[in-house]
Amino acid sequence: MATLSASPAPAEPGVPAAGFFRRRRRALRLMTIPALAIVAAVIVFPWLFTVYMSAFDWRIGSVAHFVGLANYVSLASNQRFLEAIGHTFYFTALAVVVPLLLGTAAALVFHREFKGRGVLRAIFTMPMMATPVAVALVWTMMFHPQQGVLNYLLTSVGLPPSLWVYSPTFVIPSLVMVEVWHWTPLVMLIVLGGLASLPTEPYESARLDGATEWQLFRHITFPLVLPFLLVAAVIRTIDAVKAFDTIYVISQGGPGTASETINLYLYLQAFAFYNIGNASAVVVVFFVIILALALLLLYVRQRAKWSA
Amino acid sequence: MLRRAAFACAIGIIVSPAIMVFLWMLSLSLKNELDNSTYPPIFIPSAPTLSNYTQVFADNSMGLYFLNSLIVSGGATLIALLVGIPAGYGIARLQAHRTTVLILIARMTPALSFLIPLFTVFQLLGLNNTLTALVITHLVITVPIVVYIMAGYFETLPRELEEAALIDGGSVFTTFRYVALPLARPGVVVGTILAFIFSWNNFVFGAVLAGRATRTLPAAVYNVLTFEQLAWGPLAAAAIVVTLPVLLLTIFIQKEIVAGLTAGGVKGG
Repeated sequence: MATLSASPAPAEPGVPAAGFFRRRRRALRLMTIPALAIVAAVIVFPWLFTVYMSAFDWRIGSVAHFVGLANYVSLASNQRFLEAIGHTFYFTALAVVVPLLLGTAAALVFHREFKGRGVLRAIFTMPMMATPVAVALVWTMMFHPQQGVLNYLLTSVGLPPSLWVYSPTFVIPSLVMVEVWHWTPLVMLIVLGGLASLPTEPYESARLDGATEWQLFRHITFPLVLPFLLVAAVIRTIDAVKAFDTIYVISQGGPGTASETINLYLYLQAFAFYNIGNASAVVVVFFVIILALALLLLYVRQRAKWSA
Repeated sequence: MLRRAAFACAIGIIVSPAIMVFLWMLSLSLKNELDNSTYPPIFIPSAPTLSNYTQVFADNSMGLYFLNSLIVSGGATLIALLVGIPAGYGIARLQAHRTTVLILIARMTPALSFLIPLFTVFQLLGLNNTLTALVITHLVITVPIVVYIMAGYFETLPRELEEAALIDGGSVFTTFRYVALPLARPGVVVGTILAFIFSWNNFVFGAVLAGRATRTLPAAVYNVLTFEQLAWGPLAAAAIVVTLPVLLLTIFIQKEIVAGLTAGGVKGG
């Protein structure tokens, strides 16, 4: 902008002067101000407030005391919080890998032409948009050990019934099942977009050379779709780490604390104990974990690009 | 022939979990309490009934909560459109791509971390338990989505028409209003529907900020669970009342959903 105003444009008819561009940019900036003001109030302010409050010992209704990094120090030795980090990683690993595998398989199927593809794809993607709480309620009923339909299905094919979310061992895999049901369609759609962009020539020449279907997938499709898979992995990771509604409705972090993730622990600290200082420190640590995971995956993506 | 049968099987296996859960939900909501509590489960209702639906509307004030959700999601979406469409235009024409980084970071932040400071401020202002507080909080969801979708959409529009209008002496605002905006209608539709859906689906803001009379639907439905442990019929009926509007809206934007989900605003806890 500075360069524009420093060198006035020649005042030819039909060519606007520099002042015109400057006024135009100013008007455009003006148009973004209301949105920026809202973003500052409801998004940026909470970030700053959180970092600031994390240095205080403060429960709502009491006086805040400045404690420096004490909240962080106590988190580092807080057994329950450390376990919550472990649960989060366990849940996230499963809730990223399984949808990626199933979503890719589904994308390969939906990439082919067949009768009724549009309708079936629409049905397949329905879970993605369904209200998480409503879906979680239905799964709660399905998981019921005595009357649930899942145990009925298991026993009717001769398998032993499971305690599902009532068992400390199975609770996280069961919750992952809901997550997989919910979000596999998203992975499928991202990979499907990737498949649609593939060139056809390499396939034709490889077929002429007598390559098998598996070889085609392994050596042509997979490397070309890999960037899309990594995008899906980043999104899935961010969402899985932050998963809340499903876990809160179905298991409340239980039994005991067997499925208590960072987000569940955070909720308890903030809105059951109103321990705002401690909760703010949890948020900061939580955000650093999410950022680190996202950056790690983006780094892997760059590496994949360079080696391709 | 065998290959085709195997392929049909694969499609069946892939699609059935998606549809089965919804059908089970529907089945539970249409059965009376007796049918719902028998084991082995009855899949097709012996005497389909709508009594579960009438019950949740009568006993659990589902009508009120539906209205609350409409006000909160509608209000937050409307405000997001008012500020987000011009902002999206400004960002696209200024080529201020750095603003999208802000949206990306917002996407990564857990929703609870917005809630703690906002809850504290609302507490000070005496706004907790009000619909106003909920509308303001839902802006966290709707504004980034609308800005992101609109900035992306305006970038795809040709600039020649706008430039011609500007040279003819139109101001930036009139050009935006009468040239760019009418062309951007499809983008506005997508942005509106996505913002509304994500706001509608949000549970945790309502669960924390709302009082008994100001709950949004997801928070209200969760309360049906906690108070009536085993009343499966009403629970499933309530779940359908929440989800159905969203599934209907989804039909209109089949193709654009991915854009919203991958880059859109803040969703989920």
